[in-house]
Order: sequence, then C-alpha cells, then structure tokens
Amino acid sequence: MADFQRLAPEARKHLRQGPGVWVRLKLDPWLLILLLAIMSFGLIVLYSGSGASEAAVQKQLIRYGVALLGMVIITQINLRLVQRWMPLLYVGGVLLLVAVLLFGVGAKGAQRWLSIPGLPRFQPSEIMKLVVPLTIAWYLASRPRPPHLTHVLVSMVLVAMPVLLIAKQPDLGTSLLIGCSGIFVIFFAGLLWRYVVAAMVLGAAALPLLWIGMRPYQQQRVITFLDPESDPLGAGWNIIQSKIAIGSGGVNGKGWLQGTQSHLDFLPETHTDFIVAVLAEEFGLVGVCALLSLYFLVLIRGLMIAGQAAHPFDRMLAASLTLTFFVYVVVNIGMVSGVLPVVGVPLPLVSYGGTSAVTLMASLGLLMSIHARRPQRT
Amino acid sequence: MPWSKMDTQRKELDQFNSRLWLALLLIVLVFSGLVARLVYLQIWQYDHYVTESDDNRQQLQAVAPTRGLIYDTKGQLLAGNRASHNLTLVPERLPGGRKGVDAALADLAQVVSVDADDIKRFKRRMNQPRRPYSPVALKFQLNETEIAQITVNQHRFPGVRIVPELVRYYPLDDGFVHALGYVGRINDRELAKLDATNYSATHHVGKLGLERFYESELHGTVGHQTVETNARGRVLQVLNRLEPVPGRDLTLFLDAQLQQQAAQLLKGKRGAIVAIDPNTGGVLAMASAPSYGANQFVTGISRANYQALRESDDLPLFNRALRGRYPPASTVKPVISLAGIDTGIIARNYSIWDPGFYQLTEGGRLYRDWKEGGHGRVDMHKSIVESVDTYYYTISHIMGNEPMANYLAKFGLGQVTIADQPEATKAVLPTKQWKRINRNASWFPGDSLNMGIGQGFLSATPTQLATMAMVLANKGEWHQIRMIKAIDGEAVNKVSDLGRKDPVQPANVSLNRPSDWNKVHAAMVDVMHGKKGTGRRSGANSSYKMAGKTGTAQVLGIKQDDTYDAAKIAERFRDHGLYIGWAPAKDPVIAIAVIIENGGGGSSAAAPLARKMFDARMLSLDSTPPTGVKDDG
Repeated sequence: MADFQRLAPEARKHLRQGPGVWVRLKLDPWLLILLLAIMSFGLIVLYSGSGASEAAVQKQLIRYGVALLGMVIITQINLRLVQRWMPLLYVGGVLLLVAVLLFGVGAKGAQRWLSIPGLPRFQPSEIMKLVVPLTIAWYLASRPRPPHLTHVLVSMVLVAMPVLLIAKQPDLGTSLLIGCSGIFVIFFAGLLWRYVVAAMVLGAAALPLLWIGMRPYQQQRVITFLDPESDPLGAGWNIIQSKIAIGSGGVNGKGWLQGTQSHLDFLPETHTDFIVAVLAEEFGLVGVCALLSLYFLVLIRGLMIAGQAAHPFDRMLAASLTLTFFVYVVVNIGMVSGVLPVVGVPLPLVSYGGTSAVTLMASLGLLMSIHARRPQRT
Repeated sequence: MPWSKMDTQRKELDQFNSRLWLALLLIVLVFSGLVARLVYLQIWQYDHYVTESDDNRQQLQAVAPTRGLIYDTKGQLLAGNRASHNLTLVPERLPGGRKGVDAALADLAQVVSVDADDIKRFKRRMNQPRRPYSPVALKFQLNETEIAQITVNQHRFPGVRIVPELVRYYPLDDGFVHALGYVGRINDRELAKLDATNYSATHHVGKLGLERFYESELHGTVGHQTVETNARGRVLQVLNRLEPVPGRDLTLFLDAQLQQQAAQLLKGKRGAIVAIDPNTGGVLAMASAPSYGANQFVTGISRANYQALRESDDLPLFNRALRGRYPPASTVKPVISLAGIDTGIIARNYSIWDPGFYQLTEGGRLYRDWKEGGHGRVDMHKSIVESVDTYYYTISHIMGNEPMANYLAKFGLGQVTIADQPEATKAVLPTKQWKRINRNASWFPGDSLNMGIGQGFLSATPTQLATMAMVLANKGEWHQIRMIKAIDGEAVNKVSDLGRKDPVQPANVSLNRPSDWNKVHAAMVDVMHGKKGTGRRSGANSSYKMAGKTGTAQVLGIKQDDTYDAAKIAERFRDHGLYIGWAPAKDPVIAIAVIIENGGGGSSAAAPLARKMFDARMLSLDSTPPTGVKDDG
C-alpha cells in the first residue's frame, strides 16, 4: 500500500510528460476494454449456440482479429480528409447498391452480395452503414444549424435513396439501421422540435394509408409480427420458441451448454440473430443483464465522446453512431424477446458472422478517431 | 470572432448537449423496458415457460392438405389420393436419442425388412434441417403383414410409429403419364426452393407435366394442430386444430376413353398421338409410346426398375408428344401451298409437268419424287391429294426460305404452343439467321427444297403438328392449346386466368382471299376420299367426311441411284409415318397428329390410327350430352 502511494504520483507525472501508448495509437482504452469484454462473453455463448463447435469459435476469432485490425486502421484516418471525399464515397456506394439489384447474388430470395472478380464477395449495404451517417454529417456540417427545411429535405432524400435500394434487396434490418443512422444525424444537427413533432404526426397519419396500400401477403406478415401465435409454423415458430428459451432460463439460467431449447434444435438461428435466447436460457436474467450493462457502458462512452468533440461534423457523427449501436441492441433483443417484429438484425459483437462485425468495429474506430482528435482540456 | 457568431456557437453547443442528455434518457428508459420484459419472461412467467420447455408434451404438428384431384372431361378420375402406411421414427424418442438410431434400426430389421437403400435415405432425411420430435420416414407403403408385425411389437419400439398418409394414385395409370406427369418424393433440391411452411407436412411434389405445372393449385394450404402426447410420443388428444385447405381440383379436356384408345393404338409401337378439340384448343388425347406406370414413381421407384426404364432403347421416359422432334414431311404441304398462293408468289392455277424428279441445274443433283416416273401434270389440288414432291421442290425453290418460314410460324411451328405442359419444346423452324447461327453457313437453294417437303432442318413436335391441324381445320382461328378445362368447376380459358404466363400465340391467320381455305380443305378432303388420295384407304366406309394429309419422313438419306427398299434396311432406319387431319371435314370436333417412328409410310402406318381416333371421338360425343363438351351454339 505504501509502495502504491509512493509510485502513484510518479505514474501521473509520466502521463503528463508526453502522449502515452493509447494516445499515440489513437485508441480509446475504455471502449477497447468494453468491446473485448463483450466479444469474449459473446464467444462463450457462441460456443454453446453453435452446438459446441470449436470451428465456429475459431472462425469467429479470426473475424474479430480482422475486424480489430480494421478498427485500428480506421482510427488512424483523419476525419477532415474523409470529409472531402464524402460526395464521391456516397455516389460510389449508391452505384454499388444499384449494381447489387442488377447483378447481385444471394440466397433465399434475397439479393445482397456483390461478387466482383478479384475481390472477395461483399455486401455494399454494410459499407453504407458508415457512408450514410458520414454523408449526412458532411452535408449538414457545412450548413447553418439548426438546419433549414430545404437542407433537412435534401438530407432526407440522401438517406432515403440507399434505404429504399436496400429495402428492395430485400434487407429490412439493414435498411432500418441505415435509415436510423441518417435521421439521428439530422436530429443532432439541431432539427427544430416543431419539425420533429410534425414528422411524428405525419408518420402516424401515414400508417393507415400504408396499411391500405399493402398487398394482402404483406398485411399478413404484419399480422404475424403483431401476433406470432397466428402463424405458429412459420415466422411465429421462432418467436414462440425463443420466448420459451428465455422464460425457462429464469434468474440464474440452466448453465452453460445446458440449454434444452437450443441444444434440442427447437430454437432457430441459435448462433446468429437469436443468440441472445441462448444466453438467456443458459445464463438467465443475470447473464442478459450483464451483457446489457456492458452495452450500456459502451453507449455512455459513445455519448461522452460526442459531448467532448469540437467539430460539428464529429459531434453529429459520434452521436449518430452511438445511437445506431443502441438500435442494434434494442431491435435484436426486442425481436428475440417478442416485443418487436422479426427483423434480421444481429446482436452487435456477439452474433456469428463477419460482415456486421467489421462494420460495427469500423464505426467504433470512427468514434475512437473522433475521441483522439478532441480538443485537449487544459 | 464576432460576438454574434460566438453566441450562436454557444447556443448550438448547449442544444447539442441537451439532446445528448435526451438520448441518454431514452437509452435508460428503453433498456429498463428491455429488462422489464426479461423480468416478466424469466421471473413472472418462469413457471409457465419451464413447463413448456421441459415436457414438450404439447406438440405442434403440421397437417398436410389433401392434393387436388384431376378429372377427365367427363368427370372420370385420372389422379386421386389413397392411403399409404409409412414406417417412421422419431429420433429424439428412441432409447438413447439420436445416437440410438443404429440400434433401433437393427431391432426393427428383425420384424420388418428394411434394405440398405431405405436406411441411406432415412439417414439423409434425418440429417436435413427439420423440427425436433418430427417423425422421419423409413419405409413407405407398408403391406398388411408388415403393419401387423410392427403393431404387435409396438411396445418394443418406442419412437417408432406407423403414420398413415394420403399419396397420389393414378387409377388408369399406363398410357396417361405423358399427359398428366406425376408426383414424387420431395428431394433436397426441391426442398430448398419450396415454401418451407406450406410444405412442412407435405412429402410429395409435382415432378413432371401437369402435376408440376399446376403444383401451386393442386397443393393447397397447410394446417396445424397442437396435440398432447405421452413420453413415448403417442398422441393422447388433439388440443386445437386449424384445418388445412385442400388443393383445387382440375378438370381437363382430356377424354379418358380417347386417351386409352390412343394408348391402345400405339401399343408395341414407338410414336405419339395428339388430338385437340378445334372449338376450344383443349387437348383430347396426348399419348406417347412406349409409356410407363406413374404410380411406381409416387412411392419411390426401385433403382433396378428405374435403370431399366432409363436404359431402354425405346426411351419410354421420353415424352414424344411434347419433346419428340420429327421432320414433319409432307404434312406441311398444305401450309406451303397456302404460303405460295397467299403471298402471290405462286399463281392459284400454277401447274408443272412432273417427270418424277427435280433438278436445280441441268445435270445437277436429282431431287426425287416418291413415285418413280412422276405424276404428269400437277396443280395445287393434285399436289396435296397425291403428295407430289416435285411440285413442292419447284414452288419452294421459287419462294425461298422466308415465305415458308413465315407461314409455318403462323400455324404454330417453331414455338411452344401448349400453355400448361412445361416440358414442351419448340423444335426447329429454320430461317436464314437460324442457319447462320447454328450451322455457320448461308441458306442454299437445296435447303429450301428440303424445307418445302418438310425435311432437312425443319422439325416439329406432334403437339405442334396437331396445333397446325387445328388452325387449318378452323380456317385460321386460334385457341390457346391447353390441358386444363376448369378448376374447381370454374372454366379456364387461358392459363393467365390462373396468374400464369400465356405462351405467345400467333394471331388468327387471315388470308387475302378467304376462299383459298376452301381450296386447301377440298384437297385435304380428297386426300381421304379422292380416288388417288394418299389416305383413301383410311377414309373409306365412313359415315362422315374427314380431311387430312399423310407424310412419310426419311430417316436415312438415300443415295442418288439406289432404289429404296424398306425391307432391306434395318427397322430403325425405316421411314417415320405421319398424319395430320380433322373430322368431320365441316364443323370439326377433333384435329389430330399421329406419328409412328419407323412405321413406314404415313398412309399405311399413321392414317389408319387417326381414323380410329376420329371414330372414337364421334362415338364419345354421341354417348354424352353435348353440354360442356362442345357448344355448337
């Protein structure tokens, strides 16, 4: 104890002396520790959710490695430079989305992948998860804030184009996330409350019209969303089974690898979108709350970074990325626990799969980059 | 920095920060909501969900819809359903669970014979994605003894069940498969494409023909029931049930009597008969020989039987009526004549002197007529009645490719005309471009000569030829060629009524001088009833007049100076016999195409069969009240 007291001022002095390793790497240790914690927890659940498959865990580990590397690279990028290239990036991204609709490949009736010779197959919609908030932030940063109505409308069009193109693939989950990320930027640009209220009223008024305009099969789908028991063999099956999994987990859970719902194959997609049901079944309420706490801390950190950023572009971007992360968590857990409709959104940093991990880490990398270039308090 | 700008920046920052606090509030509220939901599920409703997860006594089962039936035009059942008892295992309920499968199979083998093939397929099915506790079929169509053996020993086999299932059954079977197609077990490839929910209780899917084309109508909609079972999987009670919606019933134009007659006529031969009702475009009969039984495909044909069918030289699996590409030979002559006179290239009274051959250039290759010595002076009427090749060599040389190709297309050649037989092909209607692309050569005069007598590159399916006969009989009027007459008793005039794509159908053929139809009709009547008509033996002794055209397609090129001797050439190199025609000559009720492979001449091999079909159609019409079959209005 005495030693510590003696050493502590020294350590602080060292910090004051020059930029530490974190600063030089432009990484935020808090964020990094949190996401490593989430990923480790995720891998433990994934091992169970994938049917005790070591191969799946190994594969996911490699993906995380690649994603972390990507994050470190993104962090080094100066956002002032990115800003300049935004229009080009946006146009390129939209063109790629059009290309997906024309020549894309995919499975199960959805066309999401683009396969360009010489490049690995990729999903242009994933790139747009970053490009859209960047574009809107770029557009509104150089205009008066609170934004004028025309600028708001232009921003809405810029958001709507990729969102509609992705919804057509069809990939409702991704288009929802991208739409949110764009709208968040507009909101944080200081959108006047009267516009916010007007938009909400308009949206509410449009719902019945939308319902009338829908085809019977689309209406059927909405009914299934609202009442999964009406289609217990199809979409409802997943929700019914995942609710049983969560509910039967109780407070403490059935224990790691002991989940009957997941291991007897009642539960669908146990390693991807529905992985939180495995977590809830095996680790109980305690386990889910632990994960939620980790997510909560990530969000707090994100909001702090937004609050400390100086440049309007940085502020809006940081706040939007943080809230989009929040939407990920809420839509996924809300869907699996049966309070939100079934939309394909993965649980961030836990669900099996490479593409979403890479884009998520990249957005966290952007947050870190913003943080590293904040004005130093004196 | 001016104060005003500083001030707005200050204000903006304040506003931004207040929105961050708002966001934080939202996050806290929503996360609390999520936690509340989890508390509700995991603490409040814990007992409920624990029972649901623990005892799985309540099970949701999908209930398969009954497949729609297929009737002939008079209401005779062509495709129905019958019960089949299948031996199934629920791997999760076996002693030792899924790992106990091999032991359970060994035990079972003492009671009922299960071969290696069954086991292989069973394991594949078991490892496919499926609901837990759903039964996996091991053996289909158990017989009475097997059912008894297993039932008696039921206590020894937990997890083993006999499940009755309705499967397709074709009561008339032989001779109908090429018209109806068949259903078979769903395979992996189809599984990936089908709607997983709607097919969750279905094991069969239309594989071929009508069964495949009308799959979505015939299948119906799945139902489901919640059942309470004991620990061994025996159903104790049905808790609630949503009835499946059965598939829709199809009524065809097909006349079972005519179809059987056609199959009978083709027995022991290779060939096809297609008959169409010219008033509706409905297919009355569609037979291809040799044929095979469709019922064996429903429950799974044995490897040996399938091998035998596949490897037979007679190609029984091959649907000649829809896919057989034959040189139409002289059956195209009426249309070639029409092309000549309607375009004005050939005068209506044009005639030639036929020495028995034709030469493009003096001393050049001899294009022979079928009759040595020739037919003398030949005009259009005589050229059809006596099927004079030399006449067609002459006029097709004058016309060239284009008018012939145009007119043959108007009558349905070179395109798929039938709307609801997915296997139909369009054969080849050669044009100059076609030859350039496919043969990499330009169109030679000799090609026109061959085309004029329905040989060379030109080919047609029996269905196309029957279509051509229909359009000729109707004096140019088209109807959509289709099998379906009605669905659930509702008339279907076009497959687009059912949301399907109609095949592109040529417009009604209108001639510059409509009386030219009568010229062709008169000639085709004389084919059957004239003194020198090539089909006169088949037209004799009838109470009604008929019209037709025979054709004889060369299978082997005959060298210049050889005399043709059918007996010498191996059977497979004998000519194909062809016939198109309709009856009665006025107000026709049947148009037909007959093809007999290697049957020799059309007048001896094909025309007599057509005559029998005509007679059968007349008889069939007499024996039914005219309503619903044909309306003379």
